Amino acid sequence: MPVTAIEPKGKVTFREDRCKGCGLCVMACPRKLIIVSSRLNNEGYHVAELVDPDRCNGCALCAEMCPDVVIEVWR
Amino acid sequence: MEKKRKKALVKGNEAVAMGAIEAGCRFYFGYPITPQNEIPEYMSAHLPEVGGTFIQAESEIASINMLLGACSTGARAMTSSSSPGISLKQEGLSYMAGSEIPGVVVNMSRSGPGLGGISPSQGDYFQATRGGGHGDYRVLVLAPDSVQECYDLTMLAFDMSDKYTNPVLVLGDAMLGQMKEPLEFKKYQPKKFEKKWALTGAKGRKAQFLKSLYLDDGELTVHNWNLFAKYKRMKEDIRYEALFLDEARLVVVAFGSMARVLKSSVKMAQDEGLKVGLIRPITLFPYPAEFIRETSLQVKNFLAMELNTGQMVEDVRLSVEPGTQVDFFGLPPGSLPAPDVFLKEIKKVYPE
Amino acid sequence: MKQVFKRPDCLVDIPFHFCPGCHHGIIHRVVAEVLDEFNLREKAIIAASVGCSVFMYDYFDMDVIEAPHGRAAAVATGVKRARPDNFVFTYQGDGDLAAIGTAEIIHAANRSEKVTVFFVNNTIYGMTGGQMAPTTMIGQLSTTTPRGRDPQEAGHPIHMAELLATLAGTAYSARVAVNNVKNLMKAKKATKQAVRAQLDKKGLGFVEYLSTCPTNWKMTPEKANRRIAEELIPIFPLGVFKEEQAPAEAGVG
Repeated sequence: MPVTAIEPKGKVTFREDRCKGCGLCVMACPRKLIIVSSRLNNEGYHVAELVDPDRCNGCALCAEMCPDVVIEVWR
Repeated sequence: MEKKRKKALVKGNEAVAMGAIEAGCRFYFGYPITPQNEIPEYMSAHLPEVGGTFIQAESEIASINMLLGACSTGARAMTSSSSPGISLKQEGLSYMAGSEIPGVVVNMSRSGPGLGGISPSQGDYFQATRGGGHGDYRVLVLAPDSVQECYDLTMLAFDMSDKYTNPVLVLGDAMLGQMKEPLEFKKYQPKKFEKKWALTGAKGRKAQFLKSLYLDDGELTVHNWNLFAKYKRMKEDIRYEALFLDEARLVVVAFGSMARVLKSSVKMAQDEGLKVGLIRPITLFPYPAEFIRETSLQVKNFLAMELNTGQMVEDVRLSVEPGTQVDFFGLPPGSLPAPDVFLKEIKKVYPE
Repeated sequence: MKQVFKRPDCLVDIPFHFCPGCHHGIIHRVVAEVLDEFNLREKAIIAASVGCSVFMYDYFDMDVIEAPHGRAAAVATGVKRARPDNFVFTYQGDGDLAAIGTAEIIHAANRSEKVTVFFVNNTIYGMTGGQMAPTTMIGQLSTTTPRGRDPQEAGHPIHMAELLATLAGTAYSARVAVNNVKNLMKAKKATKQAVRAQLDKKGLGFVEYLSTCPTNWKMTPEKANRRIAEELIPIFPLGVFKEEQAPAEAGVG
């Protein structure tokens, strides 16, 4: 199930089963809101997650940098 | 174009090109090499007249891959070359066979190994009939022995290629490519081939692909057996010519230009009262093995004659019934003796 | 709220086989986004290559012909000549395009083939396990340059975008990177221009994408990503090297 973060400005979803934990989204987020968590998906990768959803403005830079098209963005 | 005339005196190479255009070939990709240059030259002059495309490619490798691309869209296309160039085309032939893409390839063979020479040779028989490139595949091989057959069999090659979605090789040699004979033009009778596999863009249907890569467990095994079954089906299109087999005591087996010369030698033998027949395989793959086997039930002496040191003779030996004597006379490239020279060889093995 | 980022329609909804952090995934998506933008899914025929990009037929919801290693530009030529109204493109790696397929790409460009070529330069052979590529940097370690690439022994990194820009038949040639969003936006623009070069019948459109290969560079995705800016871009400068303005059909201009 996608982990959803909602706040007034932006929303991102991570398709965790596709995440390979590369961390390029972590580097891309201008507000440093994403971490590679300690949770594993079925493929054995540590998945990325948004730690402070309220501060996400939906800029989509994380999604742009994701090599596995894991992230979808609304704003 | 010469088409309007009923007959013309042309070279074998030109006949190949004329047959191709008549059969609907609209794309030609080639690279110059002697002794087949009349084919690209003719195509460059005449394909544009019928709305076709000629490309002189940067290499034989590029040519065969352009052929692969054009034929993957369902178009009729051809490439031609001569022995060293055909070696370079083996990569593409293997991919086309593996991806089940049709296409016509003409080898007006010269002599080898290496740069060899430009004289006629049948040294490419193994390469032609055993696939030629990597992997367990075959191409259907047609071997003309006259300018007329250069025309007729090239037309047939397109139908065979579409019928089996497999490359077809027309194997001639320097003699057939360069000699001039009267050619009678024939109207190509179009046959309908459904090409659902053709890549035309995924409009109004699901996307599709043509490939030879099979990585899933067991997939490639099934694919290879399917290809094998197809090569077996090709047997229904086996062609050969048989002369003087009634009461024959010795059967000469030869193909292409060699068979052409031997027709005279065999007639000379007949005139001298020798019961010598001739079998000329026209499809070299699939080989007329069953017909040779049946013939060997009656005739116990065979003589394979080739312009090499012995290649097709192996197929003759694999075809005949046990107890049949199969002799071989080979003439490696560099000279092409007259019919009386071959008659002497025939007499050497003629059963007493 | 409305959706501002989603998977491109022409990209089949299955996971990529690429290693974590490999830029192939980003480049696939960029290409797919641009093809969607030009509404080319139904018109496209892909000449796929050999290497890490071999599975194009799984990922792109389009017709795909598999080309032998290095021959995609020749295969694309055959396809385009037979189907001039289709949109024909190749997607090739550096081993495929810049080593074994050098003749094919140069002559396809020189003939002004109306095809688009997406070229991924990650300075190494990925699929075969990290051997030296024609684009491998001087001093770079690979499984076949265990002491680093010595130009006197193993040659220099080849610059395809600049090389192809010298050919009259190349309508567009650019080098881009996708290591950050700023570069990625330029990469999208270049991709569009390379597509337009074909649609406007100008000639061959070419984009070289600098890419990471974290696995064979033996780096974390983050470090590999940083290497693009720190080591690759200084040697492989980004930019547009050729942009044909008028249709090339008029001939020598």
